[in-house]
Amino acid sequence: MEQKINKMREEILNAIQTADTLVELDEVRVKTLGKSGSITAQMKELGSLSVEERKSAGQLLNVFKTEVATAIETKKAELEEKELNERLKSEMVDVTLPVRPQVNMGRIHPVAQVMEEMLSIFAQMGFDLAEGPDIEDDFHNFEALNIPPSHPARQMQATFFMENTVDKVLRTQTSGVQIRTMENKKPPIKIVAPGRTYRRDYDMTHTPMFHQIEGLVIDTETNLAHLKTTLVEFMKLFFETDDVSLRFRPSYFPFTEPSYEADVGCSRENGEFKIKSGAGWCELLGCGMVHPNVLKNCGLDPDVYQGFAFGCGIDRFAMLKYGIPDLRSFFDADMRWIKHYGFLPLDIPTNTSGLSLNGGLKR
Amino acid sequence: MKLSLSALKQYLDTTATQQEIADKLTSIGLEVEEIVDKGADLEGFIIAEIKAVENHPNADKLHILRVSTGDEIIQVVCGAPNVYEGMKSILARPGVMIPCYGERLEKGVIRGVESMGMLCSEKELNMGTDHSGVLDLKTDLPAGTPATELFSSDVIFDVNVTPNRGDCFGVKGIAQDLSATGIGTFLYQEPVPVKGTFDSPIQIHMEDENCPEFVGRYIKNVKNGPSPKWMQDFLISMGLRPISALVDITNYMNVAECRPLHVFDADKLTGDIYVRSAKEGETLKALDEKEYSLQEGMTVIADAQKAQSIAGIMGGEETGCTEETVNVFLEAAYFNPISIAATGRILNAESDSRTRFERGIDPASQILANEKATKLILDICGGEASHIIVAGQGVKWEHVIDFDFNEIKRLCGFEIPQEKAVSILEKLGFKVEGNKIHVPSWRSNDVKLKADVVEEIVRIYGLDELPNAPLRPVNLATSILLSHQKREVAIRRALANRGLNQAITWSFMDSKLAKYFDSKGIKISNPIASDLDEMRPSLIPNLLSAVKRNQDRGIKDVQLFEVGPEFYSTVPNEQRMVAAGVRAGNFYPRHFMAEQRGVDVFDAKADALDALCAIEAPQNLQIARRAPSWYHPGRSGSFVLGKNVIAHFGEIHPAILKVFDIKTPVSAFEIYMDNVPQPRQKSKSQKLLKMSNLMPLTRDFAFVADKQVEASKIMSAILNVDKEKITDVSIFDVYEGDKLPQDKKSLAVQVTISPMDKTMTDKEIEILSVQIINAVKKTTGAELRA
Repeated sequence: MEQKINKMREEILNAIQTADTLVELDEVRVKTLGKSGSITAQMKELGSLSVEERKSAGQLLNVFKTEVATAIETKKAELEEKELNERLKSEMVDVTLPVRPQVNMGRIHPVAQVMEEMLSIFAQMGFDLAEGPDIEDDFHNFEALNIPPSHPARQMQATFFMENTVDKVLRTQTSGVQIRTMENKKPPIKIVAPGRTYRRDYDMTHTPMFHQIEGLVIDTETNLAHLKTTLVEFMKLFFETDDVSLRFRPSYFPFTEPSYEADVGCSRENGEFKIKSGAGWCELLGCGMVHPNVLKNCGLDPDVYQGFAFGCGIDRFAMLKYGIPDLRSFFDADMRWIKHYGFLPLDIPTNTSGLSLNGGLKR
Repeated sequence: MKLSLSALKQYLDTTATQQEIADKLTSIGLEVEEIVDKGADLEGFIIAEIKAVENHPNADKLHILRVSTGDEIIQVVCGAPNVYEGMKSILARPGVMIPCYGERLEKGVIRGVESMGMLCSEKELNMGTDHSGVLDLKTDLPAGTPATELFSSDVIFDVNVTPNRGDCFGVKGIAQDLSATGIGTFLYQEPVPVKGTFDSPIQIHMEDENCPEFVGRYIKNVKNGPSPKWMQDFLISMGLRPISALVDITNYMNVAECRPLHVFDADKLTGDIYVRSAKEGETLKALDEKEYSLQEGMTVIADAQKAQSIAGIMGGEETGCTEETVNVFLEAAYFNPISIAATGRILNAESDSRTRFERGIDPASQILANEKATKLILDICGGEASHIIVAGQGVKWEHVIDFDFNEIKRLCGFEIPQEKAVSILEKLGFKVEGNKIHVPSWRSNDVKLKADVVEEIVRIYGLDELPNAPLRPVNLATSILLSHQKREVAIRRALANRGLNQAITWSFMDSKLAKYFDSKGIKISNPIASDLDEMRPSLIPNLLSAVKRNQDRGIKDVQLFEVGPEFYSTVPNEQRMVAAGVRAGNFYPRHFMAEQRGVDVFDAKADALDALCAIEAPQNLQIARRAPSWYHPGRSGSFVLGKNVIAHFGEIHPAILKVFDIKTPVSAFEIYMDNVPQPRQKSKSQKLLKMSNLMPLTRDFAFVADKQVEASKIMSAILNVDKEKITDVSIFDVYEGDKLPQDKKSLAVQVTISPMDKTMTDKEIEILSVQIINAVKKTTGAELRA
């Protein structure tokens, strides 16, 4: 038996070794260990041997059978790996090819983004949001704001007038919302009002439509010091720097008294605008204490109630913060411009995660 | 207002530097926008004398000059036609900065001839606009003298005067403001009245309430010639050209003291002076040589025959003073600023006089100004003055304010010592008697209330002591946005997430295009441009114009949206907030893994649906197969809630695309944000989720239906069979074609059935299937496909 096994071993192990595919290997398995395989046949023959012979031959045969089975398993693993490697090789693709066509994210317009940034800050400061209409009447846009009929702002060159109406204009400022708020609510009042505004100007730095945000605080104690402190805090949060210096320059607006223009310390190095104290000044916004006549026009006693108002250009703040050069391009809807200067929909300004990101990969 | 340092110093005794003065002006509300230092501009230039002029051998129009610099003779090539031997001019040598070009001169070779310098024109030195030749100086100063010795090395401040400070259109007003800051002493003396020697042969008749006071004087036997050098220097420094003594005196009073006056040649007047309203059809040729058509209501100064001057704006040419003028009539009047502004605007007539009158001049200055001008005329032109004539009721201006000095602390949050505040007011011309503040006449237009007085004090005192004062903390709201405002934020982000880019376009548009978009004719009477003359009735047209602009720039596939108002009325607040979007061209760019396709109605529907989800639109929205006329009638629809239209979507009508000259398909949607009901305020906690442990199963059905049968009807018929078990219905094939009758279509539907408690038997499933088939047949007439 031993001889027989040795003879078979050489033949079978050779057949296993030379099997090139799993199919060939399985053929060897069937031929040896299968129902009518050669080793199975030998096992069957054991019955015809004497007890003594059967015992020793059986032992040998079992060892041999295990040996062959192990050899087949080993070879099988080897062939499987080979086959997998070949499959992987054949499945290789060029990963530098672009991804499947899918909708790339669109962009949020800088004005909308900056408006959300501002509202996020004012919310933190406890302001409410107010709104007003784009088409205003003379009373809310001018009269109640202490802008007499002879004021230059009323003249044709600055204001759009609506046809077939006596007194309707496109609002020249968001200040009308002040009046609408004071008409409907008793102090304390603490609001901001953003929106579209219109003036009859169109050149390098003016567009006939632009955006303003108006702030109004009315109570019995708010004064100029509160105004400046509020604006300084706002600038710090908006421009995301502590190095903010604000200069109040006396000026004139019909609806505030005293009136100021606020300039912020800034620098322009290599064309880049930076908020920074000590370098130069940049005109930012108009503000002041609400004019006694405006309070009176809203039914408030100016000897009891007082407060401040400010108004600033949202577009201008967007230009300064994000280095956008041309105001006119804001309203051109050029896809290249929106994709370049716009914001991703997930780039949501919040107080917790910060107002703005610093750039990175975008699709 | 351009203010020269030399003129300022006639009214302010100061040793402050130009920068100190400029900073002070800005800090008190007279913002200096620019400082021009004329002396700095002339740095390096010298007077030179031409010794010889030769023609350039290689150029007809050029000369070769021998020029003396005092030390040496140099060669200069010059193109100016006005050069001659012995002429003196201004020379720049290589290295000198030429103000007009902002560049340094370089040594040059012009047409083969070396040039060692340049003679300069008025324009090149920023001294004027003349560039026809080089400066021809009539001066005794020798060659080599620095140019600064010949020309005044003055400093010009460009001051931005706010509309409330009419008084600062005169050097005097600015000087007085500056003196209050302590930077110098105000130099001003009230004029001494001139004694008249005879009665004026011309009387004044006041017939117009827009002129409450007219102070006149007849001066005879004057001699009009050039004005004296001090006056000429003053006017030149302030940017005015000297003309003749009589004209210069009025100009001087205008810029120096903000006091417009007029001088008539009395011999050209017929009879008396009448201050009256212009007559309809009356015309006047004014000093600017333009013929003005006057209207009733405009104030004129007339003689017995006709209008001779547009009051407060411009005198007439006919009665203007000339070299030959002998007798004059001097006018110092006050005119209603509103009337002057209106007249000036209608006539489109600009003048220094109008600028001042319409901002309001000192209402108490008529007599003083007349006296001062009379004195100047007599001093300069000689002659004899009549008694002064004061006509009219006079101007009411007296103004006293009850003031509490605590008002400063109340409005500004810090205290200013009362004596300091009083001193500031007094230097500004106010009189303080206890709590009574007397406003000076020249500020009576502007300072009327306590707050105005506070501004005056604080403006001069400054805000250096302003304390840090945070606003009183308030209860923090969870969000400052109202629900509709939150929706604007949400819808923006949702649409951008779908690949649409946010545009902001004008609220107005071209009325010629608006008519295609259900225009309500909300027009602007004075549009900025004729194609921006109507408030947009829809956001779509401006977005289509944007598509066209982008496509013309080579961007064929455009994805844009806008969130903003559309207008249907001129009544404030009658405007609608709309979110609208467009896609144009192909949905995807060309790609190796996908078939290219143009955008269509289903892209618009998907955009609208996502946006509606973002703003929590109700779940029971219905789809109606109708949309406005700018959509393709067969490829558009609307989301509605009964009669309430929530949104439109669809492909843009081909005829509209043609109007906009767009050659690609465009899909669009409009969502009327205000029409979307707010979700009912319910508990934040969600309905309990019931999940079955049993496997869901699917069954496919193919129905043949009439073509006009809506897929949604079939889907809802199936869902209604068993709302609990049937959890999903989807359409996976739509077929129309050869294998079916022409008016039929086939819809293949997959129904998902989710048993809840126990597995369904084959029999139960069979029963459900039959119910489905019957329900579809009953509601739509569709049959199961054989």
